[in-house]
Amino acid sequence: MDSRFPRGKSPVLERALGRPRSELSLAAFALLFSELVQYCQRRVASVAELQARLAQLGHHVGLRALDALVARERPGRRETKVLGVLLFVKGPLWRALFGREADKLEQANDDERTFYVIEREPVVNTFVSVPRENSSLNCAAFAAGLLEAVLGAAGFPARVSAHWHKGTTLMIKFDEAVIARDKSLEGR
Amino acid sequence: MSRSPGRKQENHKISRELFVLTYGALVAQLCKEYEKDEDVNACLDRMGYSIGIRLIDDFLARSAVRKCRSYSETADMIAQVAFKMYLGVTPSVSCNSVTGNEFSLILDKNPLVDFVEELPAERASLCYCNLLCGVIRGALEMVHLAAEVSFLQDRLKGDAVTEIGITFLRKPEDRRHRRN
Repeated sequence: MDSRFPRGKSPVLERALGRPRSELSLAAFALLFSELVQYCQRRVASVAELQARLAQLGHHVGLRALDALVARERPGRRETKVLGVLLFVKGPLWRALFGREADKLEQANDDERTFYVIEREPVVNTFVSVPRENSSLNCAAFAAGLLEAVLGAAGFPARVSAHWHKGTTLMIKFDEAVIARDKSLEGR
Repeated sequence: MSRSPGRKQENHKISRELFVLTYGALVAQLCKEYEKDEDVNACLDRMGYSIGIRLIDDFLARSAVRKCRSYSETADMIAQVAFKMYLGVTPSVSCNSVTGNEFSLILDKNPLVDFVEELPAERASLCYCNLLCGVIRGALEMVHLAAEVSFLQDRLKGDAVTEIGITFLRKPEDRRHRRN
């Protein structure tokens, strides 16, 4: 590491990982998020691309949120089962990031790889109104990217997408290997 | 937007981490798309400006403050009320010039750089928090106070503190003659 800025111990790295100290106003986040969406919108040509961009930004956030959160909420233990990680997502993760738990967690009837996290009104969409011509746009694609990064980094690679269903549904489709591993863990 | 009447917003707050990480994701995306630091800084300033012109409404609605009678009152208001409301920190204010229209906000703790240790070598002149300058400038413009806002010192670049300089662009005596 080059010593461009000769200084003592970095305050950021020395800080303890305690409970997050404060909460910030929703208005500030909402305005920042709106600028983010507008910025992405200027550079894309279709709704799918816009959602992909938002998912990419959410990915960036999710990767960095996971470590600190796990260290705080589940010290010394790692989730190894699919159900465990999903309950962690629905409860502690959602509460730490969005201030409240997700409304529902469901499994698809016909597919053991697919789960749904359902929220009536996701926090990121609080001040978002979607015009009719873009009606398939769901800015919760940001949350979908975030969730995908979290699951991937936790060892449960999956594809997550956002849909308009019972409010907003994040559809999680785990990789085959994850389900196979889970089954073999149960059989042990 | 359809929202059932009488349902009040339970939660006007979000986690600080989400906000800070989202800002970081934004800056990272801009760095990927623009090669020059000046372009990223300008883009952040522009985005901050559009945020500021809308933030001022929220600020005035929630804080119900009296009209400021001088530039130093305005600077104090920004530091003690606005920063506290939106970022949870209170910078200290100092006046830089005898004419009374240049002020500095000295940020001891800056939540936006919670997770930033240092700037990468190839981005040495990036103003990471330049959004804040745009926000202040936009908000002030909406209350008819033209100002130039920029970073005078930045801890990420090796300075001792983070300092935001606000220069009001009209002479203080002019305000006395305006009938508002």
